[in-house]
Amino acid sequence: MKSPLQKTYDVVVVGGGPAGLAAALGAGEAGAEDILIVDRETEAGGILNQCIHSGFGLHHFKEELTGPEYAERFIQSVLSRQVTILTDSYVMNIAPDLHIEVISGDYGHLEVQAKSVVLAMGCRERTRGAIRTPGFRPAGVMTAGLAQKMVNMKGLLPGRRIAILGSGDIGLIMARRLMLEGCEVVGVYELMPFSNGLTRNLVQCLDDFAIPLRLSTTVAFIHGRDRVQRLTMAPVDDQLMPILNQSWQVACDTLLLSIGLIPENELSTRLRLKMDPATGGPQVTSTLETSLPGVFACGNVLHVHDLVDFVTEEALRAGRFAAEVAQGRRRPGDNISLQTGENIASCVPHSLSPDREQVVYLRVKRPLKDCVLTIGDRYEKVFRMLIPSEMIRLTLGPEILDRYFGEHLKIEVHPGEVA
Amino acid sequence: MYDVIIIGGGIVGCALARELSRYRIRVALLEREVEVGFGTSKTNSGIIHAGHHAHPDTLKGQLEWIGNQMWDDLARDLNFGFSRIGELLLAMQAEDLNHLEELKKQGERKGVTGLEMWSPKRLRQEEPNLSHDILQALHAPTAGVVNPYEACFGLIECAQQNGVELFCGQPVLSITREDGGLLIHTSRQQFRGRFILNAAGVFADQVAAMVGADDFKILPRKGEEYMLDRRLQGIVTRLIFPTPTVSSKGVLIIPTVDGTIMVGPTAEDVNDREDLSTTFSGADKVFTAVRRYCPAISERDTITEFAGLRAVADSNDFVIGPSPIKGFFNVAGIQSPGLTAAPAIATYVAKMLRGEGLALDEKTDWQAKIEGPPRFALMSAEERRAAISRDPAFGRVVCRCELVTEAEVLYAIKHGARTLDGIKFRVRAGMGRCQGGFCTSRVLDLLSSTLGVPLTELTKRGRGSELFYPRDDRIAPGDGL
Ligand SMILES: Cc1cc2nc3c(=O)[nH]c(=O)nc-3n(C[C@H](O)[C@H](O)[C@H](O)COP(=O)(O)OP(=O)(O)OC[C@H]3O[C@@H](n4cnc5c(N)ncnc54)[C@H](O)[C@@H]3O)c2cc1C
Ligand SMILES: Cc1cc2nc3c(=O)[nH]c(=O)nc-3n(C[C@H](O)[C@H](O)[C@H](O)COP(=O)(O)OP(=O)(O)OC[C@H]3O[C@@H](n4cnc5c(N)ncnc54)[C@H](O)[C@@H]3O)c2cc1C
Repeated sequence: MKSPLQKTYDVVVVGGGPAGLAAALGAGEAGAEDILIVDRETEAGGILNQCIHSGFGLHHFKEELTGPEYAERFIQSVLSRQVTILTDSYVMNIAPDLHIEVISGDYGHLEVQAKSVVLAMGCRERTRGAIRTPGFRPAGVMTAGLAQKMVNMKGLLPGRRIAILGSGDIGLIMARRLMLEGCEVVGVYELMPFSNGLTRNLVQCLDDFAIPLRLSTTVAFIHGRDRVQRLTMAPVDDQLMPILNQSWQVACDTLLLSIGLIPENELSTRLRLKMDPATGGPQVTSTLETSLPGVFACGNVLHVHDLVDFVTEEALRAGRFAAEVAQGRRRPGDNISLQTGENIASCVPHSLSPDREQVVYLRVKRPLKDCVLTIGDRYEKVFRMLIPSEMIRLTLGPEILDRYFGEHLKIEVHPGEVA
Repeated sequence: MYDVIIIGGGIVGCALARELSRYRIRVALLEREVEVGFGTSKTNSGIIHAGHHAHPDTLKGQLEWIGNQMWDDLARDLNFGFSRIGELLLAMQAEDLNHLEELKKQGERKGVTGLEMWSPKRLRQEEPNLSHDILQALHAPTAGVVNPYEACFGLIECAQQNGVELFCGQPVLSITREDGGLLIHTSRQQFRGRFILNAAGVFADQVAAMVGADDFKILPRKGEEYMLDRRLQGIVTRLIFPTPTVSSKGVLIIPTVDGTIMVGPTAEDVNDREDLSTTFSGADKVFTAVRRYCPAISERDTITEFAGLRAVADSNDFVIGPSPIKGFFNVAGIQSPGLTAAPAIATYVAKMLRGEGLALDEKTDWQAKIEGPPRFALMSAEERRAAISRDPAFGRVVCRCELVTEAEVLYAIKHGARTLDGIKFRVRAGMGRCQGGFCTSRVLDLLSSTLGVPLTELTKRGRGSELFYPRDDRIAPGDGL
């Protein structure tokens, strides 16, 4: 490891989770010499450090690893490439000229100049405030991610009898974890009429443990002055408002929230990057460059991923392109803008170029069966089933794209029938 | 033997403690919760009322205006946020116009300065996001906002610095009479005192009943408040009041001292003195009311909500003074504007004690000021560099949303924070957008290592609100220990 710290770097990567690590690798592979990763935690690895279940790396390493194992492989290859990892250090601000201000436990107040920057700050969980639940404000209401951290990293349990609101993957994985820890998971309750988790997690984490999943249901009241004692649950109407006269009581001491993730974009908004309200992340070109030249984004800060393998793939590319720009090389600019149309919730990137193969990630708004996905008028693909929780990955070759020029391409899904 | 024992560490108890710390007497404050300020003083609107609202014939009416004028000095000495942003009282219907005129006259009689009627035109210029149906508004520049819990923490820190002894986690259970004083029994200890000041908030009648001095009743009146997203920051720049009704000042729009917007409170009589729940109907009332004068505010903008209990005495005024029991004084029924009036209540009570024969000689070395907690987020780049080189703990960021460092958390613990809520209210960790999602585990680690307490014993706000259970133990913490 190079000794910290220089004044200038080719590429500075903000965040040392799987996205940041892969971006640094990609930058190294593309010939950047001086690369710095800054992470505010005491160890690199990001959220993976608390994901001790297996299921990572099936795509990238073709084997099933735990989160920390997956991270460790990347940390080792990053370190062997002479990348500097600065942990316990918080990026406070990035100026438009890519002058970066860092507060560090070991080095105090630091300033470095980057030639290009990769944003890889990950995401955070939505909390109780986001769902407006009436009732008391006792201990025992927490996000599933916090519970995961406490169970896996500190050996503590969030409670004994647990209800989970929201069917996001972290909640599902925690349902299984807590059952294995000897807790009782009374149920998973989801506001929407469909689940937000991966099918694989619904089967392996709920079905296999006989944990009930109740759709179109929410918490209408939290009882207990000091610690959660019970919940009033209620079905919701089509406006998603609780139907109070059909409510029932659930006794439990803990309510875990798994109600969504929000990209961590304070630095991006301060930089005044153009944002995409649909993803909560910056708008990017086909080289994952944001609206400010020299600033790239990848991983959960760009859009929330469900599989770390896609994070890695995306970040390797972001790092590569960032290194090229740092070395004064630029790909031709994009000339096709992508727009979301019918049934599409979000897509990344926001523009394309026909000069090379492109990867596009999409999410649908609601579950759709036997449907046709179209891009403009020349691309069609048939899907048996599309659900919002599973990101769609498409590769588009020059053979499809080079017939478009300077156009707005609309991505749409036309359902055969609504699932 | 203490000269004075204060029961209750709300804003009133803390203000009393600081006021009495000026004198060469021995003072103790006993608080039921593990930290001060965890009662009603934490859950209110944080408004320093302009001074014209309450009738001058009432005690609360007199102390409101005197108290109002004391906050500039307090905020400066104790280093907490306070801002006189002014207030607008709106007339929406013809019959409200009279009311506005009366309040203006009432204020002027009390000496409240700067009261002025604003035309719809002026109003639209100054507060363009308010409804265009408003007929007239009464502007009161003397109204301000504070962080009420910061005020409590500052007052008690100053009191302690000047010798007041603080005992938290000590609910007073009974009081017996003795020669020359009273003997107080808490769950853990006994305290002898010559004068007892009962400042126990919604429980004050129960404490008074312990000595048979309960010639009043407290009727808790609940108020729900809703904190809104930063998106709405600046939508109004002054406190917005509707024309008041008999039981309350109505639902207000409150630009807090931190710049966020809060709406509330409701006013609902409840029986349960622990009922701090928020409700669907409360939210409904708040947002229906607010939308009448500020249509851009929506319930969807809520980021967090809470409820507090006003300690309304059956006389509907403050109950301050000696009781039939020698040495036992009530400082009770401190409903709104109790926060505003608190510093005036303290000087009023001190004067009264002097009248009852307590010698109050001023200390020569009394210190009005405290250093106050450091705030990294508010420092300049230079100050930050200096802070980190002085103490590396400033280089470790604990809460990213509000930019709070380890050094600030350690300062809070040193000054009495024992719980997650205590840290949150002192340093703001956990109050930002992520509402504690990220910083909770770090804060718990710091509490645990600094206090030498295992993580499983740490609480959200005191016994019974333990946060995590040990892995093997099949018994819930706090259960039958
Ligand atoms: C609680 C949780 C559990 C998850 N479980 C799974 C799972 O089981 N399987 C799965 O495939 N996916 C899971 N995910 C999705 C997972 O987030 C992604 O697969 C992947 O970890 C995203 O990588 P990332 O590098 O973009 O973000 P992260 O892993 O979150 O890494 C971001 C890093 O940036 C750092 N950082 C942020 N801001 C700054 C700053 N200003 N200065 C310095 N450093 C900063 C953070 O500390 C963090 O280390 C989970 C996500 C969460 C939130
Ligand atoms: C929703 C709401 C909004 C408000 N808004 C405003 C406003 O904007 N401006 C304003 O001026 N006023 C306002 N008020 C009123 C103001 O909050 C109160 O007047 C003030 O906080 C009362 O302070 P206190 O110290 O008397 O009570 P508290 O803060 O309740 O303190 C009493 C303390 O006594 C302790 N205690 C109780 N029993 C015992 C016992 N047996 N032994 C030991 N300790 C005990 C309690 O734990 C508590 O800490 C509002 C009130 C509410 C509810």
